[in-house]
Amino acid sequence: MNTFETKNTPSPDAGGHFGPYGGKFVPETLIPVLSELERVYAAAVADPAFTKRYDSLLANFVGRPTPLYFAERLTKHLDGPKIYLKREDLCHTGAHKINNALGQMLLAERMGKKRIIAETGAGQHGVATATAAARFGLECVVYMGEVDMARQAVNVKRMEMLGTEVRPVTAGQRTLKEAVSEAIRDWVANSSTTHYVLGSALGPHPFPMIVRDFQSVIGREARYAILAEEGRLPDLLVACVGGGSNSIGLFHPFLNDASVRMMGVEAGGRGNALGEHAARFDGGRPGVLQGTRTYVLQDDSGQIALTHSVSAGLDYAAVGPEHALLREIGRAEYDRVSDDEALEAYSLLNRLEGILPALESSHAVAWMIKHAAEMDGNEIVIVNLSGRGDKDLDQVLALGRTGLCSKR
Amino acid sequence: MELGVPFSDPLADGEANQLAAERALAAGMTPLKVLDLAREIRGNHPNLPLVLFTYLNPIAYSTEIDFEEFCFEALNAGIDAMLLLDLPPEERGTEWTNGKTYNASIKAANLPLVALIAPTTQPERVPKLLESADAFVYYVSKEGVTGEGDEFSAKFAKNIEMIKRHTHLPVVVGFGISKPEHVRAASGTGVDGVVVGSAIVRRVESLSKGKGTIEELKSFVSSMTAATK
Repeated sequence: MNTFETKNTPSPDAGGHFGPYGGKFVPETLIPVLSELERVYAAAVADPAFTKRYDSLLANFVGRPTPLYFAERLTKHLDGPKIYLKREDLCHTGAHKINNALGQMLLAERMGKKRIIAETGAGQHGVATATAAARFGLECVVYMGEVDMARQAVNVKRMEMLGTEVRPVTAGQRTLKEAVSEAIRDWVANSSTTHYVLGSALGPHPFPMIVRDFQSVIGREARYAILAEEGRLPDLLVACVGGGSNSIGLFHPFLNDASVRMMGVEAGGRGNALGEHAARFDGGRPGVLQGTRTYVLQDDSGQIALTHSVSAGLDYAAVGPEHALLREIGRAEYDRVSDDEALEAYSLLNRLEGILPALESSHAVAWMIKHAAEMDGNEIVIVNLSGRGDKDLDQVLALGRTGLCSKR
Repeated sequence: MELGVPFSDPLADGEANQLAAERALAAGMTPLKVLDLAREIRGNHPNLPLVLFTYLNPIAYSTEIDFEEFCFEALNAGIDAMLLLDLPPEERGTEWTNGKTYNASIKAANLPLVALIAPTTQPERVPKLLESADAFVYYVSKEGVTGEGDEFSAKFAKNIEMIKRHTHLPVVVGFGISKPEHVRAASGTGVDGVVVGSAIVRRVESLSKGKGTIEELKSFVSSMTAATK
């Protein structure tokens, strides 16, 4: 498997546009540093030594390849298609985010940058970046909204123990979107010494492409493993979509396989009104946010809307630009599940398979639970389990949603 | 005079302008109401140069008015030029809607644009930036977001000289200028103007909290203006 093989699949144009989406809508101060990143990345992927080093880190530090696990009891319980789980929850640090954090750390090293900044929502990307920075001996600052710091307190401590400074973001809604803005502001002021490790397939070019390429290892492994196990391609891929890095990572290596359907699952939150969910494709419209043109949840006068999801990692007003294109050309489909459905899936998968999924990944599992009856037993589905759910236990306990009967 | 369109996510702005945008939005300000304000200012001050300072999303992606119409309306309201913070030359040719590029709509409306040049801009990029400007050139004097600074360094003087070799447009400098001595230092580099934003916005914020007086604000602005001479 070639690590960076993306031929014959939709890639951005030279300016980073995915059809009418993407691009780099940023202030002039950032243009030179984005150009530098483009140049360094192009040189890196053409350098066999870079790929070798990256692959070695994935194998020996992350623990790749992650298993493609046949969820026998879930399959039986749902009585629908044969369900496989891509076990990104078994990656070092507990989620797929480490794939990208390590790749970008190698890029920072090539650029000679000694300071790393990142944003985080659920804390998974923050932990992954803090871990990679510790591994490479680099100074690291992670921006995190105050609300997310409260709901992901364990991850905050974990980052601090890794030597990272976690800076609370108190602007606006105090979640992921504001953390991204603060990280960009830091980068504008310190670009000569600092690399910004953006955690999702979002933001200005070349980030959506770089993050996608580093995450595509998920789909390459899954494709290889399902062919080895079943001797054929799956009928459907299911993954949650916040910014969309785990989903684009799973989808991308299958884009040329016309028989494979793809389903991205957005956070339906607790209602349909603006502010109650993070389903950009169901309530949003095109706009420009944080450097990219994509689907954005916004009000009538173009102000970015508040969002809600029980899962901090999906609680974001915009979606990765490549997803906007995949939806527009009909290559991938997108749907939403509610907070409640995700919480039920969180418990059910734990009970049936002994696997506790992250609340983000629980959205993908929940979609599968809801729609299993529409498929038959000869069909094969791969659900991406992008992360583990230990980090969400405090929150689930606080919500009283453990699935246990009350003893009172 | 720079008139800002408030945006919920102003990523090129420091705290003073972020809070100003928050206050404006909380008070119900919208892009269309900003144009009403422009009309009012223009009515009272026929000769005041008026620049619209804005991010793309509120003027290109509101449902209340489309981008091209907004550009027309801005000119009609008395706006002399537009400073679009997040529309670099690379994206001017991108379509904001099917079949219409940002550039085509701005040109159709005949709305002059301000070019931003940053300290990180490579010299070979300067001609490209100047190509898309027809109002004036705004040189960003520090790496970072808008906001007041204690120190102000005029080490960019060489860059101003270089820019002036490429263009006859006026060149102004801004970002981090908050004291008369900053204005004097900046003026010494041969620029045609100095932009003071956050330092004034911060004083307006104080006024809204009952601190300070309009007279003090006026005398601050006068002291800054005097320092240009």
